[in-house]
Amino acid sequence: MEANEHEHVIEVTGLRRVYGGGFEAVRGIDFSVRRGEVFALLGTNGAGKTSTVELLEGLAAPAGGRVRVLGHDPYTDRAAVRPRTGVMLQEGGFPSELTVAETARMWAGCVSGARPEREVLALVGLESKAGVRVKQLSGGQRRRLDLALALLGDPEVLFLDEPTTGLDAEGRRDTWELVSALRDGGTTVLLTTHYLEEAENLADRLAIMHEGRIAATGTPAEVTASEPSRITFELPEGYFVGDLPPLAELGVSEHTVDGRTVRLRTRELQRAATGLLVWARGAGVELRRLDVRSASLEEAFLGIAKDASAGTTATKEYAA
Amino acid sequence: MSTTTSTARTTTTPVSRMTSLARAEMTLLGRSKGTLVAALFVPLVLPLSVRSAAEEMDLAEAGLTPGAVVLPAAVGFSLLFAVYSALVGVFVVRREELVLKRLRTGELRDAEILGGSALPSVLTGLVQCLVLTVACAVLLDMSAPSAPHLAVLGLLLGLVMCAALAAVTAAFTRTGESAQVTPMPLMIVSMLGSGMFVPLELLPDRVASVCELLPLTPVVTLVRGGWTGDLSAAEALGALVTAVAWTLLAVFAVRRWFRWEPRH
Repeated sequence: MEANEHEHVIEVTGLRRVYGGGFEAVRGIDFSVRRGEVFALLGTNGAGKTSTVELLEGLAAPAGGRVRVLGHDPYTDRAAVRPRTGVMLQEGGFPSELTVAETARMWAGCVSGARPEREVLALVGLESKAGVRVKQLSGGQRRRLDLALALLGDPEVLFLDEPTTGLDAEGRRDTWELVSALRDGGTTVLLTTHYLEEAENLADRLAIMHEGRIAATGTPAEVTASEPSRITFELPEGYFVGDLPPLAELGVSEHTVDGRTVRLRTRELQRAATGLLVWARGAGVELRRLDVRSASLEEAFLGIAKDASAGTTATKEYAA
Repeated sequence: MSTTTSTARTTTTPVSRMTSLARAEMTLLGRSKGTLVAALFVPLVLPLSVRSAAEEMDLAEAGLTPGAVVLPAAVGFSLLFAVYSALVGVFVVRREELVLKRLRTGELRDAEILGGSALPSVLTGLVQCLVLTVACAVLLDMSAPSAPHLAVLGLLLGLVMCAALAAVTAAFTRTGESAQVTPMPLMIVSMLGSGMFVPLELLPDRVASVCELLPLTPVVTLVRGGWTGDLSAAEALGALVTAVAWTLLAVFAVRRWFRWEPRH
């Protein structure tokens, strides 16, 4: 194991951001990202993801707390950090009248150790659009141009703010493959997304943000494991919930009945499912529309948002 | 030419970064027809109207020749249209397109972003002033300048000051459309009060002494004085101090108020 494998490339402590009008978008968050890790900030719109990433990128000074990227303050020590980072903003930021090639050439002239422009354009599948003006690109093509420019300098740390928003399914998969390949090459990636699937697929670790705070952090599996699993089925005709074996004995923590549909929540999925199925075989009934599933990130996410709204502000931490 | 195939990691410098940005901005200037017309032709046409106005004035009494009125005015128009007004538009549109924000995520420093973006317009203004100077000298039978260093100094200060003032104006301009209007006050005040249409020598003393403090007045004064040689050392110094003071004030205002992103 290399000595620097656990080096923290990004360190955030007590970070706060307050906008001019007094709105506190980031309310004291802590996290760190190790070298070579893909870290996702997950949250609904307005959760404070972009406000956070902009502080990490050094675009604004925090109202409180501390950010270190590669050991430096990204706002006051721009010259030390910028040659080693790549940034993809949430929205383009290219002059609409320049062509793709002209935009790339301009950016390449401002990036230390820039790779050939054609190479990065090919990486994102834009080589055939080199002569097209930026204003004529589709939203997805603009996202890919932004990604290409972020990659121009072979950055050690890559910030991607909603990299796949506006992309079709294929473009999204291409971007995921690219990010995975970069991670395999040792690049540290911090991305924001509101696609749960994206965080689940890409992230080594993630933080779920809600109303400017981090509501949960850990690996996708850890965050998911904290949520109960779910069993859903239709009660057979003539049966009632009381006819089922005692639910508490099956490890079911919560049940709801909606018409004939029964929903069970449990932290012991195998025991609950086995007990239920053994009972059904014994009773000779068929459980129609049976659905047995482990908690997904989506459920964890919704559960956390619900908890946070209810005033439970403590961060759930899952040690790696 | 293949410049990027070497495997050694190249390091950018302020000059290389600004050159790259200025090159892109030059391409954009060439594609912006409205800005081009305003920047290139207006300063060539307006001096003609100053010339006809000059014929009506009692210039001899103030010791001026038509050339000594038209040439500084032409330089002033060029600074106002090709540099100041054009750059307000450039800064505002780049901000609204989020280009400035994007550039700030990279290695460019803030001053390099503004400087690189301003360079094509500043160069346009410089070339235009040189062309206008030659044209005035030839067409209006002007003699050689008596103190060319003052004229050169005035022109260079004017270019830097107008670029800085454009950034200040952009700080208080919200959209590309309003960028057509917000440069107007300074342009009108300069044309009327900085000795472009009417030399300050022909104004009442009290008015003239106020007008001397306007940003473009020292530029006009230095260019005119450079040609006529009528400027005393004290007057020249006063003009230089005024121009430098406005430039520093503008730089301070930019550092204080310039916005790199659109308002939300």
